[in-house]
Amino acid sequence: MGDAAIAEGLPIVAAGVGVVRRGTRVLDAIDVTIEPRARTFILGANGAGKSTLLRVLHGLLAPDAGTVTWGSGRSRPAGQAMVFQRPVLLRRSAAGNVRHALALRGVRGSEAQRRTDDALSRVGLGEIGARPARVLSGGEQQRVALARAWALEPEVLFLDEPTASLDPPATRAVESIVEAIHARGTTIVMTTHSLGQAKRLADTVIFLSAGKVTECTDASQFFASPHSSEGRIFVEGERL
Amino acid sequence: MKTWIRNVMLALGMLGAVGAGAAEPFIVVASTTSTEQSGLFAHLLPAFEKDTGIAVHVVAVGTGQALDIGRRGDADVVFVHDKAAELKWLAEGNGVQRYPVMYNDFVLIGPKADPAHVAGGKDIAAALKKIAQAKPAFVSRADKSGTYSAELRLWRDAGVDIAKAKGSWYRETGSGMGPALNTAAALDAYLLADRGTWLNFHNRGNLEIAVEGDKRLFNQYGVMLVNPAKHPQVKKDLGQKFIDWLVSPRGQQVIASYTIDGEQLFFPNAGSDS
Amino acid sequence: MDTISQSFALALSMVAHLDARLTQIVGLSVTVSLASTLCSAVIGLPLGAAMAIARFPGRDPVIVTLNAAMGLPPVVVGLLVYLLLSRAGPLGAFGLLFTPTAMVIAQTILIVPIVAALTRQVVEDAWAEYREQLRSLDASWWQSSTTLLWDTRWSLLTVLLAGFGRAASEVGAVIIVGGNIDGVTRVMTTAIALETSKGDLALALGLGIVLLTLVMALNVGAHLTRQWARARFG
Repeated sequence: MGDAAIAEGLPIVAAGVGVVRRGTRVLDAIDVTIEPRARTFILGANGAGKSTLLRVLHGLLAPDAGTVTWGSGRSRPAGQAMVFQRPVLLRRSAAGNVRHALALRGVRGSEAQRRTDDALSRVGLGEIGARPARVLSGGEQQRVALARAWALEPEVLFLDEPTASLDPPATRAVESIVEAIHARGTTIVMTTHSLGQAKRLADTVIFLSAGKVTECTDASQFFASPHSSEGRIFVEGERL
Repeated sequence: MKTWIRNVMLALGMLGAVGAGAAEPFIVVASTTSTEQSGLFAHLLPAFEKDTGIAVHVVAVGTGQALDIGRRGDADVVFVHDKAAELKWLAEGNGVQRYPVMYNDFVLIGPKADPAHVAGGKDIAAALKKIAQAKPAFVSRADKSGTYSAELRLWRDAGVDIAKAKGSWYRETGSGMGPALNTAAALDAYLLADRGTWLNFHNRGNLEIAVEGDKRLFNQYGVMLVNPAKHPQVKKDLGQKFIDWLVSPRGQQVIASYTIDGEQLFFPNAGSDS
Repeated sequence: MDTISQSFALALSMVAHLDARLTQIVGLSVTVSLASTLCSAVIGLPLGAAMAIARFPGRDPVIVTLNAAMGLPPVVVGLLVYLLLSRAGPLGAFGLLFTPTAMVIAQTILIVPIVAALTRQVVEDAWAEYREQLRSLDASWWQSSTTLLWDTRWSLLTVLLAGFGRAASEVGAVIIVGGNIDGVTRVMTTAIALETSKGDLALALGLGIVLLTLVMALNVGAHLTRQWARARFG
């Protein structure tokens, strides 16, 4: 990726975004900006709208109100990837899953093989690339998903509570991979339940409460003294 | 993905070649169930193929359907046993010429218990009159077959208005000879059958021959070439070879030599005016 | 009961002696039904996948029609194909009537709805699981279809087997378009029909037992394959 010039699909600007589901406003008049290179964390209680906002920013969900701009364009650019809470892997080998994603982008042959091998070894799965992906453990599967994202060399990586169902060692493994991906130049946008995880990894925090943005600040600022009462409750007790 | 599509096409192509019998010349003959189910074709056709190298694909259906197949041009030759229907078919321009080939006979089949008291008789008209009075179960094919046409003719000759009896003791199955025999065996009913199918039929139950030998039970077979003027794709030369062979001394002898349990089924009479 | 025990004995002896006519009839049955299964796979698998993934106006009526078409009466299909392929019909010039090709055509028409409808169900379930990830990866409609079809390949094997079973068991269509010609278009089911009509019930049932055994063996094979695949691929 390199420290090259302004990335195509960044910054991501959501203006007045609203999403309505079954009569409820899941997201309400959201104005956020995802800056290049930052690690932005979207925090909030269950049902606050974190996953929905993530999907809108990734372009998976079209908002019912407002607009999303990626860089200078209104249509979703190619250089993005997403890792979901439950790893979504095909009935192929781990390496096969990575190669498949590359093939969808038109990368095949020896170049694809090289990037696959590199990605799998980066996530610590270099030895088991040939095993069927779906028989691996939860933590290993999530690492395959991350290897897939790694190989794609995306500008922006979205992660939706990627460690929610993993044990602490697997969680640490995932976090260090995310850090490595970020170190290579990818912008990270992530949601989490875990205060500790957010403290460890976040640069910027967007705090959602009942579909509205109640805070959007520097991470250290947020954890030190959150403005809103919901934010305070979250930081102090993770209870909302 | 592309390779296996190509392989499928190849397989289909091969199947097509197999289907077309690309190997040897053949004709399609539309004939009746009685000629096939009596076993005559199994005896006759190998001899023809040996003599001429031509294979014969027989589609065995009822006379009505066989004539319809010929009318559509889906067969090269038609070989059935209903002179009136054949002549009408010719008159409509569907064929070239009718050649009589052979005859067999119909027999009246009935249950051993013989509720109508007709067993052992030699007069079919008298027997049918008795049946119409006694009203035992009677199975009729009621399809457009040669056997059915003959049956209707015989009811007429017996002076019976059979249309009135439909649905009561007179059961119309609308089926071929074999299924009708199955039904009759199950119902212990009377029915009219061709001797050939009867002799080759194994599910007799309590049935046996009740009446035979009456001249009116005579069943004439004729063969006709489908009209190549109407259907240019008809294999007229091969078809004519088949017809010529059937009426030749050799063909006639092969027909005569077909027996079941020592009994001759079909009597060659090519060249007669039947 | 007598006929039934006779039939088992007949079936066993026919198979044991590899009766030449039996072999020819079984071979033709398998070839015709396999060819129609393959043809219906070529048409039905992409059709089913498209039905599962694509959203277009009129999708619901198409689904309902496909489901209804699963119950097409074979004899009606046979009659329609007969009228199409007859020399007197629109496709008569090809001279396909009374050939195995005609039988393949008729059977394909019969089983495409089954293959398509069942494929749609299988792919729809997989699509629910993979939809977001595939969209995230920028997969096109075509790429998504092929990915899902390959991913569900073991379930699709069962779908194709269902199609094959329907094709191999039907008699109404192939007897009309094939003509049940001895040595050319006589398959297991039409042979059974013929022997039954000749009153040779033991032989008919014997052939039936052979057919049932064949279809059963295929189903067992497919079941075991699926078990293996599930353990292996997850």
